[in-house]
Amino acid sequence: MPPSPTSTARDLVRATRAVGDRAFLVEVDSLDEVERLRRALADRPLTGVTEYVPAARTLLLRYADAGTDRAALLSELDEIEVPAPSPASEGEGLRVPVRYDGADLDEVAELTGLTSAEVVARHTAARYRVAFCGFAPGFGYLIGGDPVLRVPRLPSPRVRVPAGAVAVADEFSAVYPRESPGGWRLLGHTQLPLWDARRDPPALLTPGTVVRFEEVAS
Amino acid sequence: MTAPEFGRGSPTTEDTGEGAVPVPRVPASRRGETEAAGFDVLVAGPLTTVQDQGRPGYAAMGVPRSGAADPPSLELANRLVGNPGSAAALELTFGGLAVRFRQAGLVALTGASCPMWLDGRPVGIHCAVPVLAGQVLRVGAPVAGLRAYLAVRGGVAVEPVLGSRSTDLLSGLGPPPLSTGQVLPVGSAGGSWPADVVAPVRWLPSPADLVVLRVRLGPRDDWFPPEALTRLAHEEFRVTGESDRVGMRLSGPELRRSDGRELPSEGMVAGAVQVPPDGHPVLFLADHPVTGGYPVVAVVVSEDVPLAAQCVPGQRVRFRPVR
Repeated sequence: MPPSPTSTARDLVRATRAVGDRAFLVEVDSLDEVERLRRALADRPLTGVTEYVPAARTLLLRYADAGTDRAALLSELDEIEVPAPSPASEGEGLRVPVRYDGADLDEVAELTGLTSAEVVARHTAARYRVAFCGFAPGFGYLIGGDPVLRVPRLPSPRVRVPAGAVAVADEFSAVYPRESPGGWRLLGHTQLPLWDARRDPPALLTPGTVVRFEEVAS
Repeated sequence: MTAPEFGRGSPTTEDTGEGAVPVPRVPASRRGETEAAGFDVLVAGPLTTVQDQGRPGYAAMGVPRSGAADPPSLELANRLVGNPGSAAALELTFGGLAVRFRQAGLVALTGASCPMWLDGRPVGIHCAVPVLAGQVLRVGAPVAGLRAYLAVRGGVAVEPVLGSRSTDLLSGLGPPPLSTGQVLPVGSAGGSWPADVVAPVRWLPSPADLVVLRVRLGPRDDWFPPEALTRLAHEEFRVTGESDRVGMRLSGPELRRSDGRELPSEGMVAGAVQVPPDGHPVLFLADHPVTGGYPVVAVVVSEDVPLAAQCVPGQRVRFRPVR
């Protein structure tokens, strides 16, 4: 297959929606397109835009001045060159050592019809990428996981999930950067400090980061 | 004690040209010479936090902007004491603060209209107030507005986290809220001398006032049936007691959606009126989450967000859609 040609944002953007007078949402079709658009704008920021917030199907663009000409900004956006989808092999990525001793491992096995060992095998086989962050500082929504491991959130969230907990829910995997409440299903935990406000950058998982989970002996 | 200007024995005198005027000796500790500059928190109040302009630029990492809930009031307080705009001050919710200064300085209270006393004497707000070492400043409960800002010349000098000294109550970044007995450091006043020492007072709502907030519809107004949009624009809401720096919760008309679709998480802004399935809107303030999964029916215009942050529980609120 020939390499996909680069395209402009015009080809990706399905709609834009004003969000008050200092931001707008750019809607695309998929998490992958959010990522492509995010990378394009990281290389070539738009005039006056101060912040980009990637999410599941949207990229939020914030600007500081309420008087910003949105039409001009949108036409500038249209012409931005967007890179081709990145091949899955790109970059070595971050290795996250995991002890698969999570409280929900057996239940995830039951829900998916696998053995616990098979859940671990599938979870470590995949290559993930941080699609976006949210919920808490340094909490990255990881995509690229095995679709077989797609399980619903807990019906009632836990009051306390420890820092380093490795969890799955819906189409995502994640590592809880700090102790917090949480409704995702816990497969295990890592000692790797994913969030440290004194480090630069403070989060290891930022949008676009490639991640692999590695099993370490219990 | 080696500082030459204070090393002449007691009592010190100053020659004013009209005869010697005795100046009482002040212990070094009260002049702030042997202690780091700062103030003692005698009464922390219901909720007092350190706030500056927040942490812009980290949203993609999941870090809320945080910062003062009413940024223009913070900016004014800093201006009145000659601080740079980036200086940190105290954000008082419902007033109720008492502090003792360890050295002389200049302070200013802005935002919510609170009575203020220096050593028991009433002093003005929205103006610069000189304080002496050892003096006690008390701030009472607001008669209008909710959040007051107390700036100290030199700024509150707690350790910054990700470039900001703001307390972010959602993510737990920055210093914890003030507690009684705590000592807070004050930075050195490198800034220019204040150009303004008295400022006009912005209108702030009294608890009985109806507050009208201008909104722009969207980005997800199309997720709501026309009846819900009519209610949003024409009915009265009330601020509930569950409101905080993350968001102002509103009771009253329910903005029910016609279907049970789920919105993929998307970026949020301060002023966003997010509607959970129960139909009771939440108006996001400074510590709002970076992304959210409930549709935003409208967004308060940026100029009116500080006014929203000054609404007290029980306040009546209406939304006026503008283009």
